[in-house]
Amino acid sequence: MTTVTAAVPPEAELARHQGELRTYLRTVDDGPVSAPPAPRRHLSAATAEDRTVALGSLAAGAAAAWVICFRLLPWGNPLAYAVTGFVLFLAILTVATSITASGPAVTDRLVGAVITGGAAVVGLALVSTVAYTFIRAAPALPHINMYVQDMAAVGPRDALSVGGVAHALLGSVMQIAIAVVVTVPLALGTAVFMTEVGGSFARVVRTVVEAMTALPSVVAGLFVYSVLIVTLGFPRSGIAAAMALSVMMLPIIARAADVVLRVVPSGLREASLALGASRWRTVWHVVLPTARPGLATALILGIARGVGETSPVLLTSGAAPFFVLSPFTGVMNSLPLFIYSTVRSGEPLYVERGFAAAAILLTGVLVLFVAARLLARQRSGR
Amino acid sequence: MSTIVRVEEPSSTAATPRQLARSESGSDRVFAIGARAVGAMVLVITGGIGIFLAVQAVPTIRHYGLRFFTETQWQPEADVVGIGSVLVGTATVALVAMTFAFPLGLATALYISEYAPARIKATLVSMVDLMAAVPSIIYGLWGFFLLQPLAGPLARWLHTYLGWIPIFRVDTDPHAALWEQTRYTASAFIAGITVAMMVLPMASAVMREVFSQAPLGEREGALALGATRLGVIRSVVIPFGKGGIIGGTMLGLGRALGETIAVLLIISPSFDLKFRPLEIGTNTVSALIAGRFGDATSTQLSALLTAGLVLFVITLVINTLAAVVVSRSRSGAGTDI
Repeated sequence: MTTVTAAVPPEAELARHQGELRTYLRTVDDGPVSAPPAPRRHLSAATAEDRTVALGSLAAGAAAAWVICFRLLPWGNPLAYAVTGFVLFLAILTVATSITASGPAVTDRLVGAVITGGAAVVGLALVSTVAYTFIRAAPALPHINMYVQDMAAVGPRDALSVGGVAHALLGSVMQIAIAVVVTVPLALGTAVFMTEVGGSFARVVRTVVEAMTALPSVVAGLFVYSVLIVTLGFPRSGIAAAMALSVMMLPIIARAADVVLRVVPSGLREASLALGASRWRTVWHVVLPTARPGLATALILGIARGVGETSPVLLTSGAAPFFVLSPFTGVMNSLPLFIYSTVRSGEPLYVERGFAAAAILLTGVLVLFVAARLLARQRSGR
Repeated sequence: MSTIVRVEEPSSTAATPRQLARSESGSDRVFAIGARAVGAMVLVITGGIGIFLAVQAVPTIRHYGLRFFTETQWQPEADVVGIGSVLVGTATVALVAMTFAFPLGLATALYISEYAPARIKATLVSMVDLMAAVPSIIYGLWGFFLLQPLAGPLARWLHTYLGWIPIFRVDTDPHAALWEQTRYTASAFIAGITVAMMVLPMASAVMREVFSQAPLGEREGALALGATRLGVIRSVVIPFGKGGIIGGTMLGLGRALGETIAVLLIISPSFDLKFRPLEIGTNTVSALIAGRFGDATSTQLSALLTAGLVLFVITLVINTLAAVVVSRSRSGAGTDI
């Protein structure tokens, strides 16, 4: 086969073009040049054989574990069954793979199975947590009164069609709103100070703020309890709980906002300053708008953390079974505290109400989380 | 038209550098002062907590001396107060938590960064973040109602077959015809697994972040030399991500030590100095604070605050070490924890 890669001009024409510089390609006459196109190798995809061996081992492991756990040994327990089944699966997989593959490949499959199994356990744990909360809450959730009534004059034996968790929901919303109003200006101001002003004092502030993110939430609650309630004589109230949440959330949000502001490109700042804007205008019109999605994400995740914290409110707010509209007057309930106290009471109907509150709390956190994700995506889309 | 070029002596035109005003204009100064004031305020608030805890600890330490750290009982009415047993309990719960959280977190991080199909990777990352956002009281419910009935028999199994190892001992007879279920509940083991659920996503997120930054060239080099996926993990990903693994684990440990409500919900408080995680009864510093603050007099309150300070200092040291490990290691570049 002759492959002609370019037209070759005859001698006469070659002479005519002596003046110009041209490139001529040789006629190639030594067999095929291009190798037959090799099929692209799939590096990561498992072959049909791998998949068959894995599925077969899984089935064999499950069956053998059933025999061991439920027929031979007195281990008839779902957890024991799962553990035994997984161990047997690994053993069978090793033996089955070593029939066809060499040493390193067998180890690779085995470790791959262990890692996938570990990730599956974590996934199962997360799914079981969410699903279990909603399943246990299912009897209480369809009742409308659960969302609009409080627990005043509701006894332990009263059916689920009486009373609700609205007072705890309202308390949670009010406490977190106060905490946000207190925390956000301070946290944002500190983050602006640390990134935009800087200096040695800013380094001190940053060190202390980072150190305080390690403060356990119960210690934050105990601090507010001993200062506000014991020393200054405030009653246990919504405002005390909000202060405890603020103390806990302030370092977390300040640090997250600091991280977000630090990655704003300094070229934007310099351009704004070069155009004659003052530093304050630069921060307000350039830095903060650029970082807005990141700041919103930091804030929302901070709220999600704060709304689910039980220990600070356990120490500071007290638990009222009825609607409390003023955060200053007296004890006030919140969702985590309601869940804790109902579950601790041990009354079956109270526990179901507690699970309903847990489902509402979890839904709220999920909504906040999805909102944070959407905002973060908006940032990366730009 | 012609251009006229001026001819001048270079010396006569030496440009004098413009004096840039170093002094800030009015609004800039207001901004700087305002920002500094906010920073100072936050410093006072946050630093004030630390100082307050330290000041409160002085009378307690002066009254009880070093016995405060070794005394196991908490009986304020008899003037015997110490955190020996609760410190051991805190360590036990945290240790059990890390025993579960470290391998599972590592496996999750490796699965997401190395094994998961590219399509579902982003979803899995979000799921791990979501797991970190679930409130701890919900994990407490999970541990108390779902896990406890399942883990009791598992604890008995461990006791039956591995009871000769001291840490698996439980003070009962595992072979009794009617085995004592209650001896295996409300233990540090179950509380530890529940706490593991909370710290696992944190540790896993840090590890995955670091693994995903392992240099592509070295990965491809290992693959080109014929490494299996395990080979890539062992020779590239793990050495590169060692700092992230240690740092993530320590961050998780810091969180595990301070976890309150799930532990309080599950354990039955006891002040025995023991290291038997499977057996009923333990206590942690945070559960002690949450359980005892209500009926505390001012002396007892300052003792509780001292316990809180000890917990805070331990957490702070661990978090600082974690930050140093991550930033010192090769994998620290660009990681953000």
